[in-house]
Amino acid sequence: MLDITKIFPGVIANDQINLSLNRGEIHALLGENGAGKSTLMSVLFGLYIPESGQIKKNGQVIQIKNPNDANHYGIGMVHQHFKLVGVFSVLDNILLGAEPMKGVVIDRQRARKEILALSNQYKLAIDIDAKIEDISVGMQQRVEILKMLYRKNDILIFDEPTAVLTPQEIEELMKILKNLKAEGKSILFISHKLNEIMAVSDRVTVLRKGKSVGTLNTNETNPRVLSNLMVGREISFEVDKPEIKSQGIGLSVRQLTYVSPRTKKSIVNQVSFDVNRGEIVGLAGIEGNGQSELAYLIAGLLKPSQGQILIKNQDVTHLSVRKRNDLGLAHIPEDRHKYGLILDAPLYQNLTLKKYHLNPFQKRGIIQKKKWLELSSHLINRFDVRSGKGTQSLTRSLSGGNQQKSIIAREIDSNADVMLAVQLTRGLDVGAIEYIHSQILAQRNEGKAILMISLELEEIMKLSDRILVMYEGQIVAELNPKQTNKEMIGLYMAGGKPS
Amino acid sequence: MKNQAFLSSVVAIILGLLFGLLIMIIANPFTAIPGFFTMIGGWLMNPEFLRRFGDLIFLTGPLILTGLSVGFAFKTGLFNIGATGQYTMGMFAGVWIGIYGDILGPLQWVVAFIAAMVAGGIWGLIPGLLKAKFNVHEVISSIMLNYIGMYTVNMWIQGDANLFNIAFSKTKAIDLNAYIPTTFLREVFTRSAIDLGIVLAIGFSILIYFILYKTGFGFELQTVGNNRYAAKYSGIKEDQSLILSMVIAGALAGAAGALYFLAKGSINSGNQYSVGNELLTAGFDGIAVALLGQSHPFGIVLSAFFISFIQRGGYFMQTLGIKVEIIDVIIAAIIYTSAMAMLVKDTLLKYFKRGGKK
Repeated sequence: MLDITKIFPGVIANDQINLSLNRGEIHALLGENGAGKSTLMSVLFGLYIPESGQIKKNGQVIQIKNPNDANHYGIGMVHQHFKLVGVFSVLDNILLGAEPMKGVVIDRQRARKEILALSNQYKLAIDIDAKIEDISVGMQQRVEILKMLYRKNDILIFDEPTAVLTPQEIEELMKILKNLKAEGKSILFISHKLNEIMAVSDRVTVLRKGKSVGTLNTNETNPRVLSNLMVGREISFEVDKPEIKSQGIGLSVRQLTYVSPRTKKSIVNQVSFDVNRGEIVGLAGIEGNGQSELAYLIAGLLKPSQGQILIKNQDVTHLSVRKRNDLGLAHIPEDRHKYGLILDAPLYQNLTLKKYHLNPFQKRGIIQKKKWLELSSHLINRFDVRSGKGTQSLTRSLSGGNQQKSIIAREIDSNADVMLAVQLTRGLDVGAIEYIHSQILAQRNEGKAILMISLELEEIMKLSDRILVMYEGQIVAELNPKQTNKEMIGLYMAGGKPS
Repeated sequence: MKNQAFLSSVVAIILGLLFGLLIMIIANPFTAIPGFFTMIGGWLMNPEFLRRFGDLIFLTGPLILTGLSVGFAFKTGLFNIGATGQYTMGMFAGVWIGIYGDILGPLQWVVAFIAAMVAGGIWGLIPGLLKAKFNVHEVISSIMLNYIGMYTVNMWIQGDANLFNIAFSKTKAIDLNAYIPTTFLREVFTRSAIDLGIVLAIGFSILIYFILYKTGFGFELQTVGNNRYAAKYSGIKEDQSLILSMVIAGALAGAAGALYFLAKGSINSGNQYSVGNELLTAGFDGIAVALLGQSHPFGIVLSAFFISFIQRGGYFMQTLGIKVEIIDVIIAAIIYTSAMAMLVKDTLLKYFKRGGKK
């Protein structure tokens, strides 16, 4: 790709970027959110037409105007959010758009054979007749990969493929990528996770604010150099965590149980713990062990089957979400698009979402829009939320990192004594993570009680004062981060016990 | 942004009208052109201008209210396809008070109007409750309630000799006090059906605008419409909001029923409900009005006026032997094109931008 420039209203998303991909290499594309990685890949895949620049394959200039052209030239892409039809089978999803025909009927027999052969060749385990909605995210991703292979693509683009995966699935994916490379495929791997890039790529191109700041051979560089290149300044990997004297209990959970109305299984089973003020308690666990439900129970979005929830020693088990919030519960939700934001509303409404009902934002039922805007611009400045049109920006148009920052701004601003932080940094880049972590630590140092639920062990290890491990709905371990290590936590997470 | 929305509706209207013209030419090339000009305004250019204009204004009122009913529901994330049923219930309650409420004296029309809103509101409450408590989609339940409403009302009317005029299969005339006042309007627009209904309708559109955009309550309703989950997360009682949205939408449609049937009519005989086994079209017209007005309370006033305008045009086109159904075709075409108008506008903008660059 030569001198690619793509301009969006108000932003130059790609500014004369050059990128070359050798056959049989894994080329990583590294950059913060909003650096232009996804835009560049979308240009290559024909989703955007660049304002200037050329794309060459094997020395020939090619025109890619839409994804069909891209496919024609052997370029395939796995999007961050998969493009699969939930109610179709794995087989049909792979065929979709490239159906092998036998007269007027689809030749499923032939396709099945071909797909199973590919699945064996590349060690991509799938259940070919299962419906997409019934299989794991990891398998869905393998289906996406098979889709590309089935279309005989030889340039494979992976847009943040690990963002949605569990640690085990990530490891699996790394193996798959290496297999694909061994079979002569060329891979473009978009990520902002340095350790993955170090582990799997041959070369890495770093983008910053729409510009390419260099291409390096992975084995001649290290994470520190890369992150400095990406962010443009020194990044601290260590955090400053002063000792805080306990200031009483913030959040307590007693014998909390949630039985799924459908399966009658106890998703959350007799969970009890306290979170003191001035303390971060990290809750670790493999996805689907009841952490999400625990968070919803505490927030009031689910009703517990049994047990108690106390905020500052006050029983809130039967109180509404609004009452809990007003009593002093902030909640950074796991799914920022579903729960955290109204994507189709302007930013200022989202920044006021937890306060709009209070004076001075509403007087006698009438919205005081001026106050909303004042608060929003204040938060946008204080938390450095970047957007195209300030308070009036459509929330959907913000990058993931800035969306998350705006949620965190709102929740910190609510000045609640208890904070429930779930998957704080999922899908965010190093710069944003560093910033968010420092904000959360500042909250702790101010004496807030913080329950942090995360799938990222590194995050848990780095920030927590205490670590709880959840497995099959129960708390199976309480650990001191200074006296434990990742392997130990991992063992508990998998339901084991150190001997 | 607002200008763009307005522009896209205008583009939609023009394209829809041209499509209508095409259909008319295919149907009968000789009457098509004069018919078309009759429709787009010729019908008003007449010695009877004031009367026709007065009628137009009268007919716009109920359309504004059904449009508001559907548009308000849209804004809060609901599709109120049941406006017809709510309108019918409103009509019945209004007429009932209009006949039985003679002790109310000069307040009779006010009470009848309020009763219509309450009845419409109840008819909106049912799908609201079903959606909030049992997750039944409001489209299904409110369509069914259209029929339930119509048959129930027909049954009640036919079963009551004080309400039912067997000879004409219509409701009987209501008391004089139950008519919405006409004040001086009938003197200006002589022999027309105009009354204060239009003032009420515009008043409601201002009220709805105020609720939606200026109150915390309206913000909550819109937030629930935008993202139910985020609403719940932020502490809004989403079930309650949803139910209230439907009740308000229903009350607006009920008010429309009152506006149409509590009117004195051009020859002071009143509008009477014909008992038949066919749904009234008022609620469905409201969908067209809301879509064309892009669900904005003021846009709805304009689009109701326009739709009423060409509906009247279609009525007068019949003198040329053109079928009145053509108007429904045109309105449908306008709705299609307004759905596409955003697309058309973007394409045009792009085209001009490129042209400007070169």
